[in-house]
Amino acid sequence: MHAHNPYLPELATVQEVIGETHNICTLRVVLNDPEKMKNFQFTPGQVGQLSIFGVGESTFVINSPPTRMDYLQFSVMRVGEVTQRIHLLNAGDQIGVRAPLGNGFPFEEMKGKDILFVGGGIGMAPLRTLLLFMLDNRQDYGDITVIYGARSPHDLCYSYEFDQWRSGGANLVLTVDTEHPGWKERVGFVPTVLKEEAPSAHNRVAIVCGPPIMIKFVLFGLKELGFEDDQIISTLEKRMKCGVGICGRCNMGSTYVCLDGPVFTYSELREMVPEL
Amino acid sequence: MSGKVFIPQDKLASALERLNEKVPVWVPVSQGADRWGIDFKPFRAGMVPVMDRQSTALPKEVIFPQVQTLMTFEYVKAPEDPGRVQLKLEEPPEAGNALVFGARPCDVRGFFTFDRVFTEGPFVDNQYKDRREKTLFAVLLCREADEACFCSSVGSGPADTAGGDLWITPVEGGYVVEGLSERGGSYVQLLGDPATEEQAAAASRSQEEVSRQKVGSLDPSGVVQGQKDRFEDKDFWRSMVNQCLGCGVCTYVCPTCYCFNITDEMRHSRGERMRSWDSCMFAVYTQEASGHNPRPTKLERYRNRVGHKFSYFPEKYDGMIACCGCGRCIRSCPVSIDIRKVVENLKERSHACA
Repeated sequence: MHAHNPYLPELATVQEVIGETHNICTLRVVLNDPEKMKNFQFTPGQVGQLSIFGVGESTFVINSPPTRMDYLQFSVMRVGEVTQRIHLLNAGDQIGVRAPLGNGFPFEEMKGKDILFVGGGIGMAPLRTLLLFMLDNRQDYGDITVIYGARSPHDLCYSYEFDQWRSGGANLVLTVDTEHPGWKERVGFVPTVLKEEAPSAHNRVAIVCGPPIMIKFVLFGLKELGFEDDQIISTLEKRMKCGVGICGRCNMGSTYVCLDGPVFTYSELREMVPEL
Repeated sequence: MSGKVFIPQDKLASALERLNEKVPVWVPVSQGADRWGIDFKPFRAGMVPVMDRQSTALPKEVIFPQVQTLMTFEYVKAPEDPGRVQLKLEEPPEAGNALVFGARPCDVRGFFTFDRVFTEGPFVDNQYKDRREKTLFAVLLCREADEACFCSSVGSGPADTAGGDLWITPVEGGYVVEGLSERGGSYVQLLGDPATEEQAAAASRSQEEVSRQKVGSLDPSGVVQGQKDRFEDKDFWRSMVNQCLGCGVCTYVCPTCYCFNITDEMRHSRGERMRSWDSCMFAVYTQEASGHNPRPTKLERYRNRVGHKFSYFPEKYDGMIACCGCGRCIRSCPVSIDIRKVVENLKERSHACA
């Protein structure tokens, strides 16, 4: 970020583009200014605005943890104008990055606790940042259970690193909505699998991200398992423009998702104006 | 009386010409013969400022242009490797000084809302800050309040000089002008001859008289609770906003509305990223790429607009209401939605259900 002009992106070079699914790709980018890249600091869960000059900007979570700083990673689902163009990027292309923005996950407060990640589809992107950060600081956390689901095996992102997650100390539970030839993991919706897994709520924090319908039923499930509102954390998505709490559109009442969020506990969300 | 000058009505244009040589001046001028279409424009010789009625649009444009370049960009071939394309970013030049002549107290007050959002951080909008610091206001003592005005209800008033650098008081045959700030004061002598005892006294009398006036009778206290209590009451909001056309004029003429969009325009290999005024009354304002919209109908959008001005902003900025009572949203609304009525109703219903 430029201190004197919060709208001015840093120029960055695309290092690698990884095709994740038919509509999700992952970018690895490096800031052109080596000093800025070296000194780049952020908290897992913080986001960045990616610029395709001439098309526009969109907000994405920084998908790689601060413990792995060879590049900054962003997973992008092709949905609108900007993401359409992002999907056409190749290694070597120039883009703009405004980051870090937003608040990030309270990882300090999670130390010494068991962790439950519940992710659906592209919702795994912000969870991956925190998951890798925790695996890189494995001794600080207790059990780490990850329930990650998608429609089909082809819709799961990061499948190439599942083995690493497991060997790094995560209890990874993968699920897809329906049976698929060759699929040896679980079958069923994420909320159902959560019930079957039934991780203990004792001294545990649940971090949930996915489509709204999944979140709704996961919340019911977590309540049944005895999770309190302040043990549940989610990260929101809104249409954003400035990303710095000025332009006005991502508000929920007096809270600005770009500035005060995107990470909120469920107890915070219940106090906020319900305009999700 | 020291420091006060008198500008005869027929010498106003030449006074502004002298002033305009020192600092670019913006004045309220009429685009047509009727009461509509009075807009602040850069002064040019021969312009006759409209000083006897409120402008339709406000001088927001001077500090917060309707369309403003945030940066320019250009794709260029890397000189050492023509196989690669580089990007060049350039920031726009700094703004120049400006003086808004004949702004009303509400016009100036509007920027107090902007200041909190754009300059207090954590991120500071330096393009706004730059223009804000370089713009002076010659505030007019307002004697033209109409039925839509309610500035006294929201912490201002027709004789409010807050944020002003010069004070213009209309008197018989012309205007008495005095300095309010050091920078403003330095332009006073330029504008006219020293005011006579009688002219100065007439100005003081007028100021005292107008400062005793209470414009509007809205009491915005208790609205924060009302907004909370009635948030889910869709029937209430629907009844308030049923006739809304979603045209967004209330936001465009509002001195405190600051929401903006950011878009890119490109031709060949170069272009600019700019911000332009946006409106929370438009459906696409919050619509996400997926099609999901957290404020899908005018009901939610209007609820947010009223909430932002009278509840959310005060919650965030220690009680400050993001409304300056200029009445433009009421006056300009094609279907005459009255924000005062909504606010009053919010309170009443809140009491009723308590």
